[in-house]
Amino acid sequence: MSNASDNVPFAWSVAIVVVAIAAYVGLAWLTPDRYYQLIFTIILIWAAVGVAFNLFSGYSGLLSFGHAAFFGLGAYTVGLLFVNAGISPWIGIVVAALVGVVAGVVIGYPTFRLRGHYFALAMLAYPLVLLYVFQWLGFQEVSLPMVRKAAADYMQFADTRVYIAFSGVLLAIALAINLYVARSRFGLSLLAIKQNEPAAMAAGMNPLSWKLKAIMLSASLTSVAGGLYAVVQLIVTPESVFGLLVSSRALIVTLFGGIGTVAGPVVGSLILIPLGEVLQAQLSDILPGIQGVVLGVAIIAVVLLAPEGVLPYVMKRVPRKGATAGGVLALDTTPYVRETNAPSVAAPMLEVRDIAVRFGGLQALSKVTFDVHPAEILGIIGPNGAGKTTLFNILNGFIAPTQGGVRFEEREIVGQPAYEICRAGIGRTFQIVRPFAGLSVLRNVVVGAFAHRHDEAAAYAEARNALERVGLSARAGVLAGNLTTMELRLMELARALAGQPKLLLLDETLAGLGAGEVEHMLRAIAAIRKQGVAIVIIEHTMHAMVRLADRLVVLDHGEAIATGDPEAVINLPHVIEAYLGKKWADHAAA
Amino acid sequence: MNAYVLIENVLQALYTGLVVGCIYGLMCVGLALIFSVMRVINFAQGEFLMLGMYAALFCFAQIGVGALLGPGVGAVVASLLAGVIVFAIGAILYDVLLRPVTGLSVAGTEGEGHYPQLTLTLGLSLLLQNGGLIAFGSSPQTIRTPLSSSAWELPVFGQDISLFLNKARTVACIVTLAVAFAVAIFINRSRHGKMLRAAADNAEAATYMGIRVTRAHRLAFALGAAISAIAGGLVATYYPFQPYVGLEFIIVMYAGVVLGGMGSVMGAFWGGITIGLVQQLSTLVLPQQLQNATIFVVFLLIILLRPQGLFGRNVERV
Repeated sequence: MSNASDNVPFAWSVAIVVVAIAAYVGLAWLTPDRYYQLIFTIILIWAAVGVAFNLFSGYSGLLSFGHAAFFGLGAYTVGLLFVNAGISPWIGIVVAALVGVVAGVVIGYPTFRLRGHYFALAMLAYPLVLLYVFQWLGFQEVSLPMVRKAAADYMQFADTRVYIAFSGVLLAIALAINLYVARSRFGLSLLAIKQNEPAAMAAGMNPLSWKLKAIMLSASLTSVAGGLYAVVQLIVTPESVFGLLVSSRALIVTLFGGIGTVAGPVVGSLILIPLGEVLQAQLSDILPGIQGVVLGVAIIAVVLLAPEGVLPYVMKRVPRKGATAGGVLALDTTPYVRETNAPSVAAPMLEVRDIAVRFGGLQALSKVTFDVHPAEILGIIGPNGAGKTTLFNILNGFIAPTQGGVRFEEREIVGQPAYEICRAGIGRTFQIVRPFAGLSVLRNVVVGAFAHRHDEAAAYAEARNALERVGLSARAGVLAGNLTTMELRLMELARALAGQPKLLLLDETLAGLGAGEVEHMLRAIAAIRKQGVAIVIIEHTMHAMVRLADRLVVLDHGEAIATGDPEAVINLPHVIEAYLGKKWADHAAA
Repeated sequence: MNAYVLIENVLQALYTGLVVGCIYGLMCVGLALIFSVMRVINFAQGEFLMLGMYAALFCFAQIGVGALLGPGVGAVVASLLAGVIVFAIGAILYDVLLRPVTGLSVAGTEGEGHYPQLTLTLGLSLLLQNGGLIAFGSSPQTIRTPLSSSAWELPVFGQDISLFLNKARTVACIVTLAVAFAVAIFINRSRHGKMLRAAADNAEAATYMGIRVTRAHRLAFALGAAISAIAGGLVATYYPFQPYVGLEFIIVMYAGVVLGGMGSVMGAFWGGITIGLVQQLSTLVLPQQLQNATIFVVFLLIILLRPQGLFGRNVERV
């Protein structure tokens, strides 16, 4: 996520965090004034909430306007356990963490079906429902009673500086988790899903499962922060923990500092919280609500002036050493010489039987039947709108056919989600290339490897190997957003290969390439087949396909009108008619 | 006798629900207009409502509209004037804040710029709420008219059951209907309305047809703000308000807009009426404090189960 995390080992980053927070707590320890001690404490608490918020929203790209739900549940868990059952906040905070996990699932599971505006609005509503429910339950004001004996057992300390240390520990834990996530399969998967959900699914990821894990973690940390807040403030009211200002504060410190960066929420909290608090203390007589004005102005200014946040804004203006330029792609533009496989006698690996799809009144495919044999290159050609991409969407599980079946290695795969089909061994690329533009080429490809590898080192090794296989190793460190069309196509090919597919679906991989680039690509595809991967490729430029494919299937208006040897197929009159119209078919026959 | 009380209560709740619902409906129309044209969910819409209340109070008490026209007509005229004032504020806010993050400048960017828009209007909402606190103070205000504390008594089935029609709310309801009707005519019949609808449908294509999308957006934002402000001015005649009052209504507006199908301006009006009915009828069976919770729950159920709304088609592509 943050660029720094690529280069600094995990242990070192954690050490830096611990030292920085220890220094902060040490400095704060020198403050005699209890009011300033409180400010030092809540800066850390809001920073932790920001980090927790960022763990979810920064990685998943789904802005949560409802983290107050988790914060408030944590605060009330600690408060009510203490008041009603005499349970110490030490235990209460642990329970709060569990409550957060449960709340994360209960809220996340139904809400992740929503997107964009709907997701934002639904998240906004949860804490506000809780606010009214807690008011109605009669918890307008829960005060934590003072304990005389063994106060430390109940997290009560005469010296309020202890709370600064507690909050420091909480923030350190939150940051350590964030640093870990940033380099793990977890964080990378979330980033991939955020940038392009269909591509991530086709690469073997289950988006719902990752998002749920993210919100559980984030909600749990937020609840713990809420619990600590209750301990520090000694009083919990619905407005102070479920109110709109709680969610806004989490969001604002994060966006202000820089969403998606590890340190962003900390920077945001360090600047905005004391500014708001001090102004509030000094000016609230003449300017009530000045804290809200500060937060409002801060977020408006950031959105308009530095949308990526203050920290990235500053970092961009600091000259960096060793910016990765990356090598140059070595293009081999000599004409590709056709290689074919002898017709296979082995059992087909993929059997497509009588597939039909309707979209409302449109019959997109009807009665399409064909086989794919191991290590075969099967070309699917047809004019625009013939149903080629729809066919792929069925084969990799994006849509279900209205009727018919698809068997892959003797198993029915219709009805399985895309990520399961990918894990079963069917990889695909897209007609419109779907890169994770903000990630390096290597990381783009690792996403594919993670589909079946949980071990990170092995996944990276496999990704490098896949880049080698398509000839893109020199560009491994470049951001995918900076690639040429040719390089993007090769990267997609590598990402699909990194998933170790047995069958690869290539959707118009040759589209938009120059003449020389086509030759390079044909050679790359043929090389993959040589390693034993079966390939189904869609194209509408017949010329290249005749040279590449072992067999062709011709689709027209959703029907397979011809199947067989390329040279033979393209000379069939009804194929020519489909492509060029009746006149040319007659012409060819004459 | 008990049955009479029950019937009376139900009828009273139905009536109040309809009347309050019409006013909610008008608020919702303002939010929906902004959303349907600009694809922006305006978090600050509740604050436009609040500004409308203070603007109406200002016109009524300071400028002397109330003294000039009498408390009844004066309050209505003050509300309409509040609409004009907030229209101007909306137009300025659009140019200063909204324009850089909406419309053609973000077309085709990641998520069409939804999140910057949401956070920007969230910031605007905080700014207006707390700025309002500084400017107007925290003590609750109302536009004092004798109407708010008097009612028409309407006998139903002879003498046994009678409905009390609060005069302020009933007048407010009639005015909202008139304003909503005017808005509908404006959007569906006028040239400017056509411009708004074209810009809403496809901003880029509208540009090619010679429509100035920025102008359409400014008009939509200012008009949307003004419509909610008029509703606010009317609410101010029977409901005490302070600078944070927007929070009490914003979720009503969201619920109404989602209920009516996001993107449908008039659907939002029906959505608002439904919310008014749900809110008032819920008081028959649930404690008063859960009135707002009920709205939220209805809102969540709608958004989770039928995001295209009760009345509309799904306009937002997902």
